Amino acid sequence: MDKPLRIVIAKPGLDGHDRGAKVVARALRDAGHEVIYTGLRRTPAQIIETVRDEDALLLGLSSLSGAHGHLFPRICETLRENNMGDVIVFGGGIIPEDDRSALFQAGVKAIFGPGTSTEEMVAFIETAVERNDAGVGSDTDWHWTGLS
Amino acid sequence: MQAWAAIPTGIGLGFLEVMFLEQLMSLAREGDRRALARLLSSIENGEAVLETEIDPSDEWKILALTGPPGVGKSCLLDRLLHVWTEEGMKIGVLAVDPSSPRSGGALLGDRVRMTVVDHPEKKELVYVRSVATRKSSGSVPSVVQEMAACLLVTGWDKVIIETVGAGQSEVRCAAVADRIVLIEGPARGDGVQAEKAGLLELADAILVNKSDLPGAERHANELRESLQLGNETPPEVQLVSALKGDGIDEAAALLMGLKQTSRAERARWRERILSHHERQILNHSEFNTILTNLEEGLIGFDEAYTKLRDANE
Repeated sequence: MDKPLRIVIAKPGLDGHDRGAKVVARALRDAGHEVIYTGLRRTPAQIIETVRDEDALLLGLSSLSGAHGHLFPRICETLRENNMGDVIVFGGGIIPEDDRSALFQAGVKAIFGPGTSTEEMVAFIETAVERNDAGVGSDTDWHWTGLS
Repeated sequence: MQAWAAIPTGIGLGFLEVMFLEQLMSLAREGDRRALARLLSSIENGEAVLETEIDPSDEWKILALTGPPGVGKSCLLDRLLHVWTEEGMKIGVLAVDPSSPRSGGALLGDRVRMTVVDHPEKKELVYVRSVATRKSSGSVPSVVQEMAACLLVTGWDKVIIETVGAGQSEVRCAAVADRIVLIEGPARGDGVQAEKAGLLELADAILVNKSDLPGAERHANELRESLQLGNETPPEVQLVSALKGDGIDEAAALLMGLKQTSRAERARWRERILSHHERQILNHSEFNTILTNLEEGLIGFDEAYTKLRDANE
């Protein structure tokens, strides 16, 4: 690949578990992408500034604390407010099935729970960057529904 | 001043592309960080080549912080940035981490150490960009020089390049930086290590980090002793602790005041030539194809090398 994708992997909120985020970061690195890891306990504003300064096209959010319902939509909203609607947002961690549709509506394009294969994540990224409606600012309701 | 030169493939930039880059440039000058980040990506991806001439002056514009892995380069840089921004300086940081030679991917983690980007006022005065080495060898890819120039023409006062964790003979940073600062730490071997040739000879200053740990002072003394054996004025060796904050103000002042010396001049030119040559080869449109052909045994080394070399002449 001539142009590696730049991806920010972030841990928003008060959550000290980053094993999952590191596994994802590592898998994306091994798939040939450039991954910027933010470290623990970032605020939505800090995460967005990182995406902006690093010119990342994708943002992966990891949450195991139960605050995803508050933090993920807030981050999506702030991205849109800051004219960064082309950024593709995906999430992972402990996200109950019942919470997911609200997150998709907020602009998150994929949710990866425990047990997701790294191949699936890489496939999502490759699919999403080819589409023109995967950005967080897009109006369509496309989201990842798994490997077909 | 700057101009947009032809892209490396030799096709040249079309009118629209130049318009777009000019637009990004003027937005970046006005403080639009997204535009700046985009501009840097275009340069990094080889989609645009920025030709600049930075006015030569006794004051440095680009400084490289280099040293072995884990010696505390990022943490120390964060401390220094706190001091420099306190004084109102606008500083761009290009933090380089290695790309995987197998997958081409990279995990860029220098930013994790940076607390200055979270400071409510100081963050406006700092721009931190993580850079992967991509295909190039050495501790700093040559495109970093253009990225640094881009920061300078868009209103940043100084650029600090944090290199990949570098070994004894890793002197490529001389190609891109006006000054080189070597970061060392305790428990890095005995006095003989300090006598060995290499990076140590090019450093304009040496900071021995982790002064809170035993052995740091002894290592600093060994370095000083070794450097005094030479004929020229030895560079300063200072003890610092990024963890405790000891010696940071002094180090910040020392680095800002570093004067031009001639000790690295020849090495600088040599590294520039090598770096340029390497980039020409890496940017060759058929580079990947040639590598694949070599791998599959379809062509021999001589043929491959001749192909890569001749196209550049």
